[in-house]
Amino acid sequence: MALSRTAHIVTAYGEELDQLADDLARMGGLVETQLEKAIAAVVRRDASVKPDIKAREAQVNALQVDVEKRVLRLFALRQPLATDLRMTISALKIATDLERVGDLAKNIAYRAGDLAGYAPVSLTQQVERLGAIVIKQLREVLDALSSADVEPAVRVWHSDDEVDERYNTLVREMLLSMTEDSGLVGPGVHILFVAKNLERIGDHATNIAEAVHFMVTASPLVEDGKS
Amino acid sequence: MTDAIHNPADELPIKVAARDVTVSYSGKQALHNVSIDIPDRSVTAFIGPSGCGKSTFLRCLNRMNDTIEGAKVGGSLTIDGQEINDKSIDPVVLRASVGMVFQKPNPFPKSIYDNVAYGPRIHGLALSRPELDEIVENALHKAGLWAEVSDRLAHPGTSLSGGQQQRLVIARAIAVNPEVILMDEPCSALDPIATARIEELIDELRENYCIIIVTHSMQQAARVSQQTAFFHMGNLVEYGPTEDIFTNPRDTRTQDYITGRFG
Repeated sequence: MALSRTAHIVTAYGEELDQLADDLARMGGLVETQLEKAIAAVVRRDASVKPDIKAREAQVNALQVDVEKRVLRLFALRQPLATDLRMTISALKIATDLERVGDLAKNIAYRAGDLAGYAPVSLTQQVERLGAIVIKQLREVLDALSSADVEPAVRVWHSDDEVDERYNTLVREMLLSMTEDSGLVGPGVHILFVAKNLERIGDHATNIAEAVHFMVTASPLVEDGKS
Repeated sequence: MTDAIHNPADELPIKVAARDVTVSYSGKQALHNVSIDIPDRSVTAFIGPSGCGKSTFLRCLNRMNDTIEGAKVGGSLTIDGQEINDKSIDPVVLRASVGMVFQKPNPFPKSIYDNVAYGPRIHGLALSRPELDEIVENALHKAGLWAEVSDRLAHPGTSLSGGQQQRLVIARAIAVNPEVILMDEPCSALDPIATARIEELIDELRENYCIIIVTHSMQQAARVSQQTAFFHMGNLVEYGPTEDIFTNPRDTRTQDYITGRFG
């Protein structure tokens, strides 16, 4: 059964659930921007975004604490059931994933600073492409969350294979490049970390897709649905 | 709903089977064609808003509607395959095998001992005083009250606390060897500690009895029962394993009710 749109008898209860959803939406918006800025910074080898990304990360962390408080309160005061129960528990999981995404985006931004010390390398194009896919995944799964729509969530879940594939290809190519030209080892290591962080963000997007699916349908997204 | 509703606890034998049970009070229909299979040795919770028919249906199970003027009961209702509305069934005997616990504890104005001994005495279950003593002690043990009252069996039942009185009433029901125990909001007049004791007791009793509980507390229904039936406006809307009802109900009405969205 899909999420109910009927209002609660106790208005405050409905409001508390709405606030929980709002917190998640704000967290999602923040980490999405964080990630976009971090990837752009890597491409530009720009160290200047660090303070901005750090400030956003603090906001994301504060929101995660807020979500945890709200969830605790809902369990203690309202004992949510059925769709409300699934929404509350999913919110807790999603907030954890979003906080991790924010953390990884921050790491990526820091690597941009490290890369600024090197001459431009063509390898960043690969990371840019991988980043574009991961940003798309994150955006889609956040849309799925806000609209409580299963279909885009399932799509994101399936697209994780593509991220993994691209990541593996990138690592192979990087190794080859670095073997051929040892001067690339310095920037290459930073780029590898960026790629690894992006791949992890893809995993978190997948987790969020699973949480959205459970929230809406009450059943887990299982492996046999995967082609 | 004419088809029998699937028994959610497949491995347990059916104790109570209802087919198209209808009840009307002075021509006003209170229950519409309820069909349900209730398994033995488990707890089945009836939930639903006030006036939904859950207590009306509960009262059918020990023919308490017989005592209400203008009440008409239709359909088939069997316990162990025996039709309980059959002319040959003596309601007094039926009520010994289908015990009932009410919202407010209602001990007789008698001693603790006599409250429990009353049923066995009128049904002639004990031939001697030692035998009766044993029945009383056993029932009080099963109701989890023995340790608290063994030294004051001659005290009036009404001298006990609310929670103890409710367990005394349960002991009184158990003393006549019931098959089914009906509980109509047994904890709504009790504090949380007494409620926890009764819930613990219900969990122990289900090993030996078919227990049916009407409750307005969703959390209580979720905690104590294995099956849950949701009634609304005289209809049985949804019946299934308790876990399914509270995490993923099939019917919008069930969902709206348990999540507090009912108008």
